[in-house]
Amino acid sequence: MDLLEYQGKQLFTRHGVPVPDGVPAKTVEEAVAAADEIGYPCVIKAQVQIGGRGKAGGIKVAKDRSQAEEQARAILGMDIRGLTVHELWVEGASEIASEYYASVIFDRSAKAPLVMLSTKGGMDIEEVAASDPDAIARLHVDPLVGFQDFHGRRLAFEAGVDSDVVGPVGAMLAALYDAFIGEEATLVEVNPMIVTPDREVRALDAKVTLDDNALFRHSENADLRDISAEDPQERMAKERGLTYVKLDGDIGILGNGAGLVMSTLDVVAQAGGSPANFLDAGGGAKADAITSAVEVILSNEKVKAVLFNIFGGITRGDEVAKGLIEAFDQIKPTVPFVVRLDGTNDEEGRRLLAEANLPNVHTEPTMDGAAQKVVELAGVAAGDGQGRPDEAQSPQDAGLEAPRR
Amino acid sequence: MSILVDSYTKLCVSGITGREGTFHSLRNRDYGTNVVAGVTPGKGGQDVDGIPVFNTFHQAVEETDANTGMIFVPPRFAADSILEAEDAGIELIVVITEGIPAHDELRVYNAIRKNGRSRLVGPNCPGILSPGKANVGIIPAAFFKEGNVGVVSRSGTLTYQIGNVIAQQGFGNSTIVGIGGDPVPGSDFIDVIGLFEDDPQTELIVMCGEIGGDAEERAAEFVAENVSKPVVAYIAGFTAPPGKTMGHAGAIVSGSRGTAAAKAEALEARGVRVGRTPTEVAELAVSLLGAAA
Repeated sequence: MDLLEYQGKQLFTRHGVPVPDGVPAKTVEEAVAAADEIGYPCVIKAQVQIGGRGKAGGIKVAKDRSQAEEQARAILGMDIRGLTVHELWVEGASEIASEYYASVIFDRSAKAPLVMLSTKGGMDIEEVAASDPDAIARLHVDPLVGFQDFHGRRLAFEAGVDSDVVGPVGAMLAALYDAFIGEEATLVEVNPMIVTPDREVRALDAKVTLDDNALFRHSENADLRDISAEDPQERMAKERGLTYVKLDGDIGILGNGAGLVMSTLDVVAQAGGSPANFLDAGGGAKADAITSAVEVILSNEKVKAVLFNIFGGITRGDEVAKGLIEAFDQIKPTVPFVVRLDGTNDEEGRRLLAEANLPNVHTEPTMDGAAQKVVELAGVAAGDGQGRPDEAQSPQDAGLEAPRR
Repeated sequence: MSILVDSYTKLCVSGITGREGTFHSLRNRDYGTNVVAGVTPGKGGQDVDGIPVFNTFHQAVEETDANTGMIFVPPRFAADSILEAEDAGIELIVVITEGIPAHDELRVYNAIRKNGRSRLVGPNCPGILSPGKANVGIIPAAFFKEGNVGVVSRSGTLTYQIGNVIAQQGFGNSTIVGIGGDPVPGSDFIDVIGLFEDDPQTELIVMCGEIGGDAEERAAEFVAENVSKPVVAYIAGFTAPPGKTMGHAGAIVSGSRGTAAAKAEALEARGVRVGRTPTEVAELAVSLLGAAA
């Protein structure tokens, strides 16, 4: 779960990471009241989970109340690279002597937290890493030992921070590490971390990603989930306990097991199709879960055909068939379905489907054949003269093509 | 031969009295696995269809000489249970549980590696099957028979898909190892491929990777330097968009890192044949086996 800047800063303060004073606001009136409380000059900052807010005009300084109102009005509702601004963070303006970069990331390759520090702050760190890798000091911390003062000193000296702030920078890194461990984050990033003319070190920005699997231990963080920013279909799937990721195409996909579903997306793409979603019904899905999944898939209006690719281990083919039959009863889908059932109770599942004789449901014996079939059917449904290159000459030809093994 | 689980396996299941724990423990026993004990705190003295239940791993090991553990408890109790198994002297710990917090996995991984007493497989994995010998986990054994293909995979169902095509061509498996889809797997491709290289029964190795992390890239280097047996690979997730977690917690493309294309390229550059579909991987494996026969 990604946090907004102000949520990250509020989390930082719990771990002694110094941040400028600020107040969140959802309306122009709230923003003006916040600015009055903070004092002028202050900064009005768009709260969206994307970089490049400043360049897009989402961060503005206000010298007085009328400017605060003007800026808040301009930024609220603004579109920043596809995200609408619903919230603002109003904070005291900081004077900046130096801009640094600091982060703690969950390094899965090294199986240890990685702490990074650079004096090249305020710019895209991936660009710095590519153009000037030596400008970033890096150090892995043994998670069984934890962050020690020497880690902070080493990083500060190696990065070449101003000598009078080696201590405060080290303390800042220790506090960030404490937040990383204490909140069970997978990323804590501060860019820029600033040094003021008074030689104070502060986090001017905050980017925090929390581990969803650990939220049961952090109920105060679980409440930070920004439901309005979530895709409605993804939210619907989550409420039903399904793993769903929305994609751009027009072929709905359902499978069991993350690897098999990912593979199904690839095979559909190779057959010339474009998947509309990733949906893992999970191991041992029962009929009602399948019915629910069909509903989620079809709630995306772009879907022109649906592919079921099931290799049953603990998932049973008869349950999948029952779920699909129930879905037809409840939702009465109008798009074609292609079903490939293999594994546990596959024959029983196919028999149930044959007996139900559902309209426009095609069974295919193999994964590759099923992918080709669904791509053909989606093309027919699109009725497009825009045709896919590998497609049959006419919809009739496509529909009549013999299933292949 | 085979690797990790066989007729010497003496299995103790943590969470054996739960619904899933009971179901799969009995299934494993029906297959022929020697399931000697279960652990559920507070239920010591009971039994599950004749399998004795103990309060602690230590008691279970003392009474039954269990050498392998299977963890079936919910995520919030899993780290504790794994460390208990290790402390009790269990040599191989297979973790089926999905959804363990990442920081728990980090702590457990580092503790177990540091102590060097136990091997961890998983979490969030389907387990290990040595056809004809033992099944520890949830792999549907009916689709597999004994043979000379070793399989190591981050995905369960994808393994069944590929294994099934290989089986239809008349070939079988030495051992199938699910290493799981989490960001910090206890055992990596490298660990398992190393075991297959030393296993006389295994003549060909199939590895099933997916997007996220760099385990496949590191495996490519390892294979080039240390493996004499043919290796065939599959990578899932060519069409996965960046920044989205594709079901498995570990399956995510971060920026330009962890893509399927980069992994396939790294493997091919090191001489590993990469199939573009599960069917193609199985066909590659079969053609290599046919050539060797």
